[in-house]
Formats: sequence, C-alpha cells, structure tokens
Amino acid sequence: MIEFHLDGGSGLSPYQQLVRQVRHALRLGMLREGDQLPKVKDVVAELAINPNTVLKAYRELEHDGLVAARPGVGTFVTGTLDGGSLAALGPLRQDLRRWLSKARRAGLDEESIEALFLTTFRAAAREDIA
Amino acid sequence: MTVLRATNLGLRYTKRRWALAGCELDVPAGHVAGLVGPNGAGKSTLLNLAAGMLRPTEGTIEVCGGIPGSGTDQLAKVGYVAQNTPLYAGLTVAEHLRLGASLNPRWDADLARRRIERIGLDPNQAAGRLSGGQRAQLALTIGIAKRPELLLLDEPVAALDPLARRDFLRDLMEAVAEQGLSVLMSSHLIADLERVCDYLVVLVDSRVRLTGEVENLLAVHHRLSGPRRDVDDLPDGQRIVSARHTDRQTTLCVRSENALFDPLWTVGELTLEDLVLEYLSTPEATRPALEVLR
Repeated sequence: MIEFHLDGGSGLSPYQQLVRQVRHALRLGMLREGDQLPKVKDVVAELAINPNTVLKAYRELEHDGLVAARPGVGTFVTGTLDGGSLAALGPLRQDLRRWLSKARRAGLDEESIEALFLTTFRAAAREDIA
Repeated sequence: MTVLRATNLGLRYTKRRWALAGCELDVPAGHVAGLVGPNGAGKSTLLNLAAGMLRPTEGTIEVCGGIPGSGTDQLAKVGYVAQNTPLYAGLTVAEHLRLGASLNPRWDADLARRRIERIGLDPNQAAGRLSGGQRAQLALTIGIAKRPELLLLDEPVAALDPLARRDFLRDLMEAVAEQGLSVLMSSHLIADLERVCDYLVVLVDSRVRLTGEVENLLAVHHRLSGPRRDVDDLPDGQRIVSARHTDRQTTLCVRSENALFDPLWTVGELTLEDLVLEYLSTPEATRPALEVLR
C-alpha cells in the first residue's frame, strides 16, 4: 500500500498529484499488479481533501487501464508502467550522464542545466503536438 | 441536480448600497464549493440569503429545490454555521445536542454522540469554556448531525490554529464522503480551499466574477509571458484577465478554451491561489481595455 502526500508548492492540483504519485509508484515498482490503492475514505481522512478529488484521480487511472475498481472492495492495480523497457533505461542514463558532464565542463551550473533541459523538453513536446 | 440557483439575485441594505447585485449562480449538487472574495464583497450576504436569514431585494434564490426558510422541510435540508460559530455559552455540549435533536426532524443522534466522543469533548462542559477549535468542531457536529443536503459555512476555520483547522476540514470531508452532502463555504484561506473545494465562486464588489468547477477553471486559464508586445492580436476565444508590462516583457493571464501554440509566449499554468488573485486584483471588463494597455 502506498501513502499519498500533497505538496503545496508543486504547482499541480491535488488531483494531478495523486495521479502522478500512483504512476510514479508503478514506475518504481512500489506498486505492482494486484496491489490495492488506499481507500477513498482513508485518503480523505489522511489528507483532509475532497473525496471527489480522490475519486477523480482513481477514475483517470482506471481510464488509463492502470487500476480497476471492485465495488465494495476497493481499487486495485491492474496494469504496469515501466516507462519503455527497463533495458533501454541503462544506456539512456549513460548518455544523459555524459551530456551532464559536458554541460558542466561548458560552465553551466545546476540551475542553467535544469532550465536548458526544461525549455528544450517543452519545445520538443510542443513541436510534436503542432 | 442543482443545489443552489440564483437568478439576478440582489440585496440592497441602504437606499444606494447593494450588498449583492445581479448574482447568477448554478451550483450542482455533490460539490464542496468555496466562496472567495474580499471583505465586504457579499459572501456572508449570499450565505444568509441561502439560509433564509435574509430576503432578496430582487431576483430569486432557490436552495435544494425550495425557497430558503420557507418551511420546516426546507429548514431541515439546509444547515448553516454562521461566522464565529455561534453557540450558547451557558449550555453544555450535551445540552447543545439535545437542543439539536428537538429542533431537527432528521437529527442523527448516534452520529452526533460518536463525533463528540472522537473529538474528545466532555458532554458536561459548558460551550463557553471550550477552545476555539472545540467550538468549531461542536458547531460542525450539529451541522452534520442535522443531516442536511446542503451545509453552509461562513469562515469556519478563520479563527483556528493550523492543527484544529486540519482536523475540522478532515471531519468535514469525511462527512461529505459518507453522506454525499453538498457544502458551500466561505474562506480567505485559499491553500485550504485548494484541498477541499472542487467548485469555486469568486465574489468581487457584490458581484459574481468567476464560477465553475475548479479543475475546469484551472484548465482554461494560462499565464503567458514573453517579450513586450501589444495584445490586441490574440486569437478568437482567448480573453485577457489581466495584463502587465515592463519595458521588455509582457505577462498575461488569459482565459482560453483552446490550447495555446504561439511560440513567442512561454505558457505556464496557474494555481488556484494565482487564479483567485488575478480575478480579485483586476477590475471587471467585458472586453480587454486595449487603449489602457497601449
């Protein structure tokens, strides 16, 4: 079972944060097929948030085929998210490391690296949409 | 189903001054709606009208399908906790519950007793000697045990410390989950509202400035920033909520139902607090006042 938390400074709405935390847990293997998500009532009591928000997050996860609700029992994980094959992750990480040391050698500090990554990431995403 | 509907609702309290004017609202059932606005914007007036404590000067208001305060049936459907959680200082906690039981046809005595136990209130304690947090919890208990369809709360957590506030909101959310209760609550604490509200009503200068489901409102509002430019060339369907300029940069808050693709703008999302502040801090204009911007 995972435990949700809310980050006031994340810029994401509570509903988006819940969805993201489940997806993250699935990616990291903290949630596996058959695992139960926290009951709506418990999330409400834990975080003092609107039950509709939790329901909405669970519905979206269900729509994405990641979980399924069993009426009267709870919501269970039915899908996996390993973000592409795990085999591809190693080489990608190595490339990224090489790129990072290159960026540092070029004199970029952490903030500049982050800004460069984010703007490039967004620009690429936007070009893909357009 | 609509839990609160207002049509051209207005209340005038002196010859010229309107506490609320031209108010159009259609709040669906099942929501926890946050009522936000500066002091004096008309929040308490709207809650008082919904509870039937005030009569409109013009227009109509309908709550849970009836006219507020129009009979015992209607009174049973609506719970109201006014500002500063009014209780009888001389009555004990148990006496408050007895009073609640004799005044409310749908009173849930079991629920009230369980809640008092869980909060840890001594039934024999006089309400006047409770802490602010305990008083708020007792008032909420009475509001919930009445089993209303709609619970109206006027600044319920304003006087509470952060822990008492969290407890109060958690218990309120549990009641929403268990009873399917609708809530309309006013508050200045937007961080709290962000957690508990899925519907928003923004009142400014006695008028409704913004209303809708929080997720939808956040999805259609964007912050654009980019090199300084005139903003009269925005595509159709985009409406400027606010515009700020420096000599080099322009920052806009825009309402747009469509995705924004202009590569000159950096598009950012707004938090609920940003969104509320944008509407509170800019005067209403049906069209962007371009002359002023240039």
